[in-house]
Amino acid sequence: MATEEHGGGLQIHPMDQFIVKPLFGDGPIEWYTPTNVTLWMAIAILAMTALLVLSTRRRAIVPSRGQSVAELFYGFIHKMVEDVAGHEGLKFFPYIMTLFMFVFLSNILGLIPMSFTTTSHIAVTAVLALLVFLTVTLVGFYRKGIGFLAMFWVSSAPLVLRPILAVIELISYFVRPLSHSIRLGGNLMAGHAVIKVFAGFAGAMGIASVVPIAAIVAIYGLELLVASVQAYVFTILTCVYLRDAVGDAHH
Amino acid sequence: MEGELALLGKYIGAGLATIGLGGAGIGVGHIAGNFLAGALRNPSAAPGQMANLFVGIAFAEALGIFSFLIALLLMFAV
Repeated sequence: MATEEHGGGLQIHPMDQFIVKPLFGDGPIEWYTPTNVTLWMAIAILAMTALLVLSTRRRAIVPSRGQSVAELFYGFIHKMVEDVAGHEGLKFFPYIMTLFMFVFLSNILGLIPMSFTTTSHIAVTAVLALLVFLTVTLVGFYRKGIGFLAMFWVSSAPLVLRPILAVIELISYFVRPLSHSIRLGGNLMAGHAVIKVFAGFAGAMGIASVVPIAAIVAIYGLELLVASVQAYVFTILTCVYLRDAVGDAHH
Repeated sequence: MEGELALLGKYIGAGLATIGLGGAGIGVGHIAGNFLAGALRNPSAAPGQMANLFVGIAFAEALGIFSFLIALLLMFAV
């Protein structure tokens, strides 16, 4: 191979893209410091506002392009909440809609070259998932009282199995915020790291770099799919969890 | 524990954790394959089950991502 050794490892480290930097200067990062994370979160919020508020300001029977996109998202999420969480879950529709739009736009904006993917950080997704977990737990206890605990006591199983199932259900309940956040963060992080690994190959292979560049194009298409599917999955799992809190007893 | 041996164990452990990918691959492939088999038998019922398909894939995939988490922990936290 015609590549030089760079002291072991690639020239561009694939994990460098996830470093949180202050926007101005390079001082220490306090909780109030504007960083690239806060910048891209703000851009996601602005994009959400622009899409949902500005484009529906002049409503018409024959919708404009922006209005039809906004209506498409609205109808899609509304139907999902109604189908999965039940009619009672519609009270939480604004929350779930906001969650979906934020995750979706963060994922998509993160795919712009040189941008920063906020949802690839487990700290960001963990907050989103913990909020969902707290909401579900508090709403469940508020609406059902102590009867919320009945979801751990699987009444359709034989009596001998119920204590074992209760332990399993309890563990799976408390693992929910972990898996909920790691799924989103891990998928995004892995996808972006793969793109950067191939970019490192392209930098080191000279004329043969056409192959890794073609691979990056293909992976980028896949990442667009992953960005939408993971936002969809994050939202639909929120609805599934919410069904435990507001819906009828399951199992 | 410090030194070369600990580093060796760390890298080997992180590499071994990627075996978990195989399990996630089997799980996701099983779900998607069975969905396709069912959808080809009864195509009219398929669109209504898309939500279940994605939830199933998400649950199977989460376990694979746990192994990724173990690899990350070994690399950066231990």
